[in-house]
Amino acid sequence: MSRIKACFDALKAEGRGALIPYLEAFDPDRDTSQKLLNAMPEAGADIIEVGVPFSDPSADGPTIQLAAQRGLKAGATLAGVLDMVAQFRRTNDHTPIVLMGYLNPIDHYGVERFCQEAARSGVDGLIVVDLPPEEAGIIRPHTKANALDLITLTAPTTPDERLKAILADASGFVYYVSITGITGTNTATEDQLTQAMTRLRRATDIPVVAGFGIRTPEQARTASRITDGAVVASAIIKAMAATFDDGQATDASVPTALGHISRLSKAVRNA
Amino acid sequence: MTIPHQKPNSLRSGPDLSGHFGPFGGRFVAETLMPLMLELDEAYKKAKADPAFHEELSYYLRDYVGRPSPLWHAKRLSNALGGAQIYLKREELNHTGSHKLNNVMGQILLARRMGKKRIVAETGAGQHGVATATVCALFGLECVIYMGAKDVERQKPNVFRMHLLGAKVTPVTAGAGTLKDAMNEAMRDWVANVDSTYFLVGTVAGPHPYPAMVRDFQSVIGDEARMQIQEQTGRLPDGIIAAIGGGSNAMGIFHPFLDDVDVPLYGVEAGGLGLDSGETAASIARGSPGVLHGNRTYLLQDTHGQITEAHSISAGLDYPGIGPEHSWLNDIGRVNYVSATDQEALQAFQELTRLEGIIPALESAHAVAYARTLAPTMGTDKNLVVNLSGRGDKDVPTVAAHLGVQL
Repeated sequence: MSRIKACFDALKAEGRGALIPYLEAFDPDRDTSQKLLNAMPEAGADIIEVGVPFSDPSADGPTIQLAAQRGLKAGATLAGVLDMVAQFRRTNDHTPIVLMGYLNPIDHYGVERFCQEAARSGVDGLIVVDLPPEEAGIIRPHTKANALDLITLTAPTTPDERLKAILADASGFVYYVSITGITGTNTATEDQLTQAMTRLRRATDIPVVAGFGIRTPEQARTASRITDGAVVASAIIKAMAATFDDGQATDASVPTALGHISRLSKAVRNA
Repeated sequence: MTIPHQKPNSLRSGPDLSGHFGPFGGRFVAETLMPLMLELDEAYKKAKADPAFHEELSYYLRDYVGRPSPLWHAKRLSNALGGAQIYLKREELNHTGSHKLNNVMGQILLARRMGKKRIVAETGAGQHGVATATVCALFGLECVIYMGAKDVERQKPNVFRMHLLGAKVTPVTAGAGTLKDAMNEAMRDWVANVDSTYFLVGTVAGPHPYPAMVRDFQSVIGDEARMQIQEQTGRLPDGIIAAIGGGSNAMGIFHPFLDDVDVPLYGVEAGGLGLDSGETAASIARGSPGVLHGNRTYLLQDTHGQITEAHSISAGLDYPGIGPEHSWLNDIGRVNYVSATDQEALQAFQELTRLEGIIPALESAHAVAYARTLAPTMGTDKNLVVNLSGRGDKDVPTVAAHLGVQL
């Protein structure tokens, strides 16, 4: 069974949703982000989203844009990100890892080679922000061949009939972009999320997680109760970035991010 | 937009239904925008099939934009070059001073049909921003223009024009603060305001249907030029030259000639400081295929698929990509993609100004620069059409600085 499926099965038995924190690879340097990644499960991460830095993150708000710039400055490459995951897997074989990024670096690397190496490194799923289902044919045969889940994104703007069509191919989980906007900006209300989940449940049986605009422990608790999981990204990055000294990590950086994740985790567990 | 001379197996029938020109183009956007792209595609198809839309567009093109634009036989320039006769397609005489208004007029009428009240656009040199702000003033629509902070600095007159026209100009400091960063920021605004907002793309790039739609609206340039050159010389030209950033003025003049396979077409990329200087905007000459801003096309990128910064003296050509149809026309060999450097463009700028009394935009000066290379290799009985896509008033401060003149 895939790590993602096993994770959601176990959470179902526990009766709660997943906490899915995000980190930008190589932000602000390789060592710091590796330490953070390795310690995230202990702090309460059920699944981890690893952001792959890209020069033109057009779906991201200022916080992740800056994190990506720092990551690139620190030498982030796709191969480097896969190596981080491989290192993580030396001490953790159960926490699912999903890479989130944009198509061009993957396309440039070669989609087939990338999918093979991602699977070998211990990656479980891929979220490619600018690859809608209509264009996903270029990568889907390779994710399937390598048992990677290609995560389908849905949005408040996705009409019901389109939901059905695009979720027919969904695997792993469905990522619900809970606002019309970029990362780290507005937050969906409880009512909006509930209504969205009603629509999504009619279209699919696989787990649905919500992301974009979930910041506080309370918001994470609400989102993880209504859906099957809450993704928190900008809030963690922002908290960590506040500890940087001239763009460089300090002793406070990793503990600050982990502290933030712990508080989110407690809230999700007491839902 | 009528196509009286289209042939079977035409090169003019692209893109396919999903927006691909061969391997290029497509719709690489976040899911939030995808339903909107499908809706826009439908709305444009409907408008394209509606004679009332064409009638309305023709009215505005004639009485507001000032079309048709003349085709000027530049005799003094031709004599000086000592070869082919140069004919200038005078797009700089359009209202707002460039070809940009052709496209903007078409899209604003479409946005109104779709009931959109707020317009966002990206701009490099500011020509597209000014054109967009102009039609927003004309129709009383809210207008937000994203412009790289570096471009805001080097195109001050256009920034002030946009302010006068009632637009909000938002400087973008992310990345290098040029056109590609402005495009990212416009897309972020759009995704956050999808219900109310129409994204008025200024070039033949972006997700389908933009490349095809912008090309259709700009094809009025080539449709007119094709008739005018035949009226003046009795035959089709021996070459057509146009400058390329994203490539809308080039696509507009090339498209009606694509099936005239005996007419060579030359797209002039901005060579910047030189193709091998590392400071260039020549996406086809020095780029490779990749995906950015919603389409697959030639891009300037590093070995890891990160987009690199373009360089050109001309803010309007300072973009690390090119429209997907150009990428396809390059790969099938229908269009010759060449380049002109900053220096060559500056020389052409001055020569055209002195010999013909026409101050070209630095973008258009790249096309003139290539004409200066090509014309002397041809006989005096040959004819070249050069698309003079914009006027150069906005570039006077930049040119003065390069010539060491303090204004």
